[in-house]
Amino acid sequence: MPDVQALVNDFVLKLKRRKIEGSQASARQTAELLRTVVSQQRMPYTNQAATLIDAVRTVGEHLIAANPVELAVGNIVRRVLHIIREEDLTSTATAMEGLSLIANSDDDDNFESHDHPALSAAALAAAARSTLRAPSLQTLLEGTPESALAPNPSSSGGDSEGKSKSADRSSRTKKLKHDVIEAINELIQDIDTCHEQISEQAVGLIHQNEVILTLGRSRTVKEFLFAANEKKRSFRVFVAEGAPRYQGHVLAKELVAKGLQTTVITDSAVFAMICRVNMVIVGAHAIMANGGVIAPVGINMVALAAQRHAVPFVVVAGSHKLCPLYPHNPEVLLNDLKSPSDLLDFGEFSDCMDFSTSGGSPLLHVVNPAFDYIPPKLVSLFITDTGGHSPSYMYRLIADYYSADDFVVKRRPTS
Amino acid sequence: MAQKKSQRPSSDDPEELARTPLQAVLLADSFAQKFRPITLERPKVLLPLVNSPMIEYALSWLESVGVEEAFVFCCAHSQQVKSYLNNSQWKNQPGPFSVTTIESHDAISAGDALRVIYNHGVIRGDFILISGDTVSNMSLAQALHEHKERRKKDPLAVMTMVIKHSKSSTLTHQTRLGNDEIYMAIDPETKELLYYEDKVDNSQRLISLDKMLHVDHPAFNLHNDKQDCYIDICSPEVLSLFTDNFDYQHLRRHFVKGLLVDDIMGYKIYTHEVQSSYAARVDNFRSYDTISKDILQRWTYPFVPDVQYFGNCLQIRLDRRGNYRAPEVVQSRTSLIDSLTLIGDATTIGDHTVISNSVIGQGCTIGDNVIIKGSYIWDNVTIEDGCKLSHALVCDGVHLRAGVVLEPGVILSFKVEVGQQIVVPAYSKVSLLPQPSKQDSDEELEYADASTGVVESPSGYIWSCEGGIEDEWRYSIAPIPVEKISEFFENAYADVDVLDQDLSIPASGELLHDSESTGLGEGEDYKDSADFEKEVEATFQRALAGVDQDIVILEINSLRLSYNMSHADCAGALFYSIMKAALLVPCSSKNELYTSSMKEIVKWKNLLKHYLKTVDEEIEVILKFEEICLETAREFSPLFGNILSCLYDKEVLSEDAILSWAQEKEGADESDKILLKQSEQFIKVCITKFGQLFFPINASLKTKFGQLFLFRWGFFFQMKYVRPFFYLLE
Repeated sequence: MPDVQALVNDFVLKLKRRKIEGSQASARQTAELLRTVVSQQRMPYTNQAATLIDAVRTVGEHLIAANPVELAVGNIVRRVLHIIREEDLTSTATAMEGLSLIANSDDDDNFESHDHPALSAAALAAAARSTLRAPSLQTLLEGTPESALAPNPSSSGGDSEGKSKSADRSSRTKKLKHDVIEAINELIQDIDTCHEQISEQAVGLIHQNEVILTLGRSRTVKEFLFAANEKKRSFRVFVAEGAPRYQGHVLAKELVAKGLQTTVITDSAVFAMICRVNMVIVGAHAIMANGGVIAPVGINMVALAAQRHAVPFVVVAGSHKLCPLYPHNPEVLLNDLKSPSDLLDFGEFSDCMDFSTSGGSPLLHVVNPAFDYIPPKLVSLFITDTGGHSPSYMYRLIADYYSADDFVVKRRPTS
Repeated sequence: MAQKKSQRPSSDDPEELARTPLQAVLLADSFAQKFRPITLERPKVLLPLVNSPMIEYALSWLESVGVEEAFVFCCAHSQQVKSYLNNSQWKNQPGPFSVTTIESHDAISAGDALRVIYNHGVIRGDFILISGDTVSNMSLAQALHEHKERRKKDPLAVMTMVIKHSKSSTLTHQTRLGNDEIYMAIDPETKELLYYEDKVDNSQRLISLDKMLHVDHPAFNLHNDKQDCYIDICSPEVLSLFTDNFDYQHLRRHFVKGLLVDDIMGYKIYTHEVQSSYAARVDNFRSYDTISKDILQRWTYPFVPDVQYFGNCLQIRLDRRGNYRAPEVVQSRTSLIDSLTLIGDATTIGDHTVISNSVIGQGCTIGDNVIIKGSYIWDNVTIEDGCKLSHALVCDGVHLRAGVVLEPGVILSFKVEVGQQIVVPAYSKVSLLPQPSKQDSDEELEYADASTGVVESPSGYIWSCEGGIEDEWRYSIAPIPVEKISEFFENAYADVDVLDQDLSIPASGELLHDSESTGLGEGEDYKDSADFEKEVEATFQRALAGVDQDIVILEINSLRLSYNMSHADCAGALFYSIMKAALLVPCSSKNELYTSSMKEIVKWKNLLKHYLKTVDEEIEVILKFEEICLETAREFSPLFGNILSCLYDKEVLSEDAILSWAQEKEGADESDKILLKQSEQFIKVCITKFGQLFFPINASLKTKFGQLFLFRWGFFFQMKYVRPFFYLLE
């Protein structure tokens, strides 16, 4: 599939060169790319799910490596992997139902029929569990990944009733792929509509005459505030400018254009103003599995100020920003250090960058981190497209969206 | 040629301009030898800069600014460049960016390269001209837009030069990138470049601007705080200009200056100043060092090691203290890696090793107890236990055996081996290839002999430094020695003084850069008055050689300022030089000497008078003359009285001065009075002439009254009152 490979390379280059701005765009494009990968993948007769998973995994590995800072890419890769596993399970489950019926009707070989129902029952249970989205301790203890479990019954079924199954299988071949693509389409739609879904909850959270504080510019926050405004809620917004990129200025302009009462403050004035604020609403770069948040720099300070004055601290983020990793995981690259030229003008400080006069080590260092990490205890509420959740609930959401096997996409070198 | 020019107007059509893809010419050859001996084996653009070849930075930047076709011109080691590009990501990458190589083997300058490109006929519209060692992250959209707008209005605006603000001290220029200060005159309204001068020669600290600049432009700013980024947006005419003027070699020295001087064709060059982004060119080892550190400090974001902009799929990670580390580094627990360091892939670092401010390549093996400070170590280098490297550049495959010490500024080219416990002295360059000798072959042999003395194993020639030690510290990786910096400061401040007070700067700039005075390293020495006299004498010698008197006056004035001398000193020094000149004329008798000195005095009277504004200065001249007679040139002593009277006759000296001198000498001891006695008669004549007019008595010098009279007289009567009387008398 040369065309897929070219597409992948193109996307990898774009990611590497940081040409895709924003989590949503990266998530959406990743999902679209993976959809093409799945649809172009030639399917063998056996082990289809494993093949698909392998294909997605190889591509995903490249994508994640291309821009480790953009966690949304990895999230979508994991989501797609999870979708494949789930679809495979449901199709297996339906097949098993049929299989067990056949096995029951066939009384010829009792030896095997004794085994089959048990197996199918286990598979069904697993399927049921996965559809219920609650990985119980049992599945974790069993340890066998679903992908390994899933082909097993079908192949054993194939041994006994090879001929009767072949027609069924070919239909299943197409069905799995079809289902996966369907599910990915749904995912893309979810990503597209996440802002609307989040904004729907705005009226319930923002009350009349409240003062809202935000920092920097987040599209999700903007839509959230707009939605509340449209519902004739009158409230005021304090925007901290968000140095050094000053995206807050842009947000303030947009809010004023929509007729919202807006006040721009410096980042350092947040603590002074927080006592007049009813609620802090900020966007996020990623939400980690422990409920911690990676967000634009400066938000940790806002969160601390909010906690000090017991102001609710609300994080709005689409579910594609939900990352199944913990911040201490070695795979997570927490921060991105940007160019110091955002802070200082290079020409003006060029004499401070003399290496030859100061014994080879510069005296001036400029650090310009892009993100802050906000520990879960500082967050009061998460608003995602599925509703409001507390930080301690995040692991449940993650269990909904991801399979435990996919947390580490990068394959270890096989020993 | 004519045909092509006739075709041009069609391409000026705006739609046409918009449609043609943006092209770029990248010169993958610097046509310089600053990176010798390394560049003998590998072209400069493929040398790793923070572990990525320099050309990657240039190409990535071109790609990021939206260039669609890049033409890489390669000359030296063209095969290496081509094979590198063929194997790189640029050959088969998706998207509109394509890289084409153009090869030539006989180009020896940028001018030749552009002529070759012109002959290929590939450039259709505006193009970006950069050299392969440019590192930048600026966005060109604004500059391109301005260029195109200007072109629409004025087809003669052929080039837009990108410049950057920098601190306006020579020290910064020198210490950061190791290049010279650039002076530019820019029209503040139109941003047109009116004057360009780099390589301001140290010995010639004079910039002269054409008067016509004032006529054509109501205002212009003269900048010395701009840094040339060597990024140009050119119109296709630039190529044809190079072809028409086959003597254009250097882009700046010939082409830019040529266009600025030549007002027949009326081509114009404009500038665009970039604000916050980064642009610099790796021109020499010092800028290599500086730019490497700028990259590690992320000024070039996104062209930094941990953003995989280049083809490398290694994940280099940046840790909290600013260290970059590739994934497969094996590092001993006891080793210490300090800030601003990059460690390449598959490198092993031994126990108790300390690395700071350095870049280590891939696959290196570094032993125990090694100290690496501010050094650049390329790939597959083996450094055994106990080595000490400071501010050195070590190329691929070098092997340093145990206990080697590399002093600051050392450059070891490819695969050099250095034996145990050897100390490689500062600023030495060692290569496996012999230095191509410009001089006769004897000297080369000498170096070969010398190399065996320092480098144990058969490998390695020590290269001599071509520009002498002066250039070595300037362009080396090593930090500048403290005394050089202080010297620089002094010079910088001396310059400022001169510029403040007088725009003209003496052409004899060696006064500040004299090797003797720098050798002493002490600022006070050259302010000596003896030096000053020498300088004045030298200036006067030039005056003898036919330089205009006005210029001599100007030069002496500026010398006076720079040495902080008074007018009296100038007068004395000048008189001294005049008398010396008189002495140079061969003469046998007193009379001849007298006539020759008379001649000189008459000749330079006006010059001397320029400095004889008050009595004090005239007295100084007499004192000087006395000194000459008594000490330096005794030939004059018998003639003292005669010459003094002659000076008086020629109105160089006033009797006023002579009388005060005589009076001053009254109190001196006898030995000093020889000359006074000699001229006593003359003085008496003076006084009598004078006295007859005012007091009918013969005023004695020795009376107190006389002294009082002289004092008061000097005080009240100005020259203009007194002179007419003398005319009457005569």
